[in-house]
Amino acid sequence: MTGLLSAQDVSVRYGSLAALAGVDLCIHDGQRHALIGPNGAGKTTLLNVIGGSTKPHRGTVRFNGRDVSRLGPAARARRGINRIHQRPAVFPTLTATENVVVAALPRVIRRRGWRPGGRRRAAHHRAGPLLEQMGLTDVAAVPAGHLAHGQRRQLEIAMALAGRPRLLLLDEPAAGLSATEVGRLVELLRALPRAVAVLLVEHRLDLVYALSDAVTVLRDGRTLAAGTPDEIRTSPLVRQAYADGVS
Amino acid sequence: MRDEVIRRVRGAVAALVLAGLVVAPWAVDDYTAAILARTLALGLVGVSVALLTGVAGMPTLGQTAPYAAGAYACAVLGSQISDVGVVQLAVAAGAGAVLAALTVPLVVPARGVIVLMITLAIGELVVTVLGRWRSVTGGTDGLAGISPVRPFWGLPVLANDQARYLYTLVVVATLVGAVLLLLRTRFGLLLRAGRDDETRLRASGHRVPLHLSGAHIAAGAIAGAAGSLLVVAQQYISPADFGFDTSALLLLGVVIGGTASVGGALVGAALVIAVRDWLFGVLPGHAPLVLGALFVATVYLLPTGVNRVRGARVRLRPPTAPPSRPDAPAARDHAPVPELHA
Ligand SMILES: Nc1ncnc2c1ncn2[C@@H]1O[C@H](COP(=O)(O)OP(=O)(O)O)[C@@H](O)[C@H]1O
Ligand SMILES: [Mg+2]
Repeated sequence: MTGLLSAQDVSVRYGSLAALAGVDLCIHDGQRHALIGPNGAGKTTLLNVIGGSTKPHRGTVRFNGRDVSRLGPAARARRGINRIHQRPAVFPTLTATENVVVAALPRVIRRRGWRPGGRRRAAHHRAGPLLEQMGLTDVAAVPAGHLAHGQRRQLEIAMALAGRPRLLLLDEPAAGLSATEVGRLVELLRALPRAVAVLLVEHRLDLVYALSDAVTVLRDGRTLAAGTPDEIRTSPLVRQAYADGVS
Repeated sequence: MRDEVIRRVRGAVAALVLAGLVVAPWAVDDYTAAILARTLALGLVGVSVALLTGVAGMPTLGQTAPYAAGAYACAVLGSQISDVGVVQLAVAAGAGAVLAALTVPLVVPARGVIVLMITLAIGELVVTVLGRWRSVTGGTDGLAGISPVRPFWGLPVLANDQARYLYTLVVVATLVGAVLLLLRTRFGLLLRAGRDDETRLRASGHRVPLHLSGAHIAAGAIAGAAGSLLVVAQQYISPADFGFDTSALLLLGVVIGGTASVGGALVGAALVIAVRDWLFGVLPGHAPLVLGALFVATVYLLPTGVNRVRGARVRLRPPTAPPSRPDAPAARDHAPVPELHA
């Protein structure tokens, strides 16, 4: 069984540092997969490898039955891998709506019959509900550079969803959000259709246990443990790792 | 509310400028009308510079290359095919677009200051070729006695400087309008997005090199069309019309006009060219010095100046500057963040 995404034997080195050393990861269709581990464990690096922005020194990434190892981030996004970044990446001089429109454009379907601006209009139709879902309707016309940190994060999530992902890569989506915003985020992730699989990097373990149905623990670029949330919660190995990670 | 006021004021200023441009030929002598026509053509090249520099984030010193290609194609080829202005415009725009398309592999993969260097080299190369290829271009002597055009089938030939000026004005206004429309489309939106954050645009699945190639070719076509206008305005062209000083002045004018503003670019470029021509008269020999000083002042004083060249692209500073991110995609996510309180 290969699943929607499988990364095999992935290694990434930065100089003498092995950010990832032979990591395997498999995500099934519609799965909510959490990736946890102490700071510097290699979680973001693994997301970069899956998203295509970092080329691993060794290992392959297969998505939807195809080897995508050689594809860049844009080609992978068109195949359905979308992500949000650990630091919200938005287009600062574009309004919130325009940001979502841009993110939606690659995947809007051309209607029959060509009309000028048709695709853009279709993308606009997609943007409105997404902004509303993220609580950004009031700032829809504000340039993204003017938005508060939490709002930019919400906006990037709306952008990721606008691309109709099959796999959503979330790098610490709750970091820097207010309690209300975190609540909205959890609700949103719960409500995501099962057609979307999620790989969630998150250090708030309450969110991880609330949202995920599989957990992989990384440490020093290796897989320390993998299992159901319950298995991970009770694993002494993981507790030990976290105790070390904090100190 | 304030935006509304600003928009109105801007609209009023634009209308006034346009009205002034329309009546100008009756207020000045023939010689000045010819100079104005040439200045308008250069302003149009400035628009193509703004499209690349300000909108797409590719700062360029090489738009004189498609400008020259358009002018020579019009003078050598277009005037043989037809004496109709729009035909010659099409030939010139096509030549500019072809030259731009040929240089896409050099320009589009480059970023930042490297683009300036490559485009500068392309511009210089074109001028050198024009100077050497005597059999076709007339060498450094240039081409004179180019036959006059009629704007459209059935219209009379443009016989005096006023008529040539008005023809130039109509064409420039039309093409600037076309560029403004283009920027309101999906294409314009994607160009601005790429200028803001190219990596993010890729992560959304966009083919960024394709947009940039499109922008480069479109800008080449615009500059090429401007070349045809230069031929009409001067009825004489030589490699000296397309030198490095012209590229530098255009970039300066565009920066003064606010890099991302098409109207501003037109006015800024025209202004700088006019100042040069005027200085040339009153301070013979010192014009480059004065303009150099102006350039330095602009770079340091204007908020949208080229001192924003950093990292990957020239960018306008976003309203509240977000922390500047390292541009290597891998490095982007490695800010030290407090993490793991579990
Ligand atoms: N571009 C880079 N250059 C050098 N070292 C890097 C780079 N990216 C990541 N690293 C290092 O790789 C390790 C894993 O980083 P990262 O994947 O960000 O961990 P995590 O997201 O789990 O905190 C860290 O030690 C980090 O310093
Ligand atoms: Mg990280």
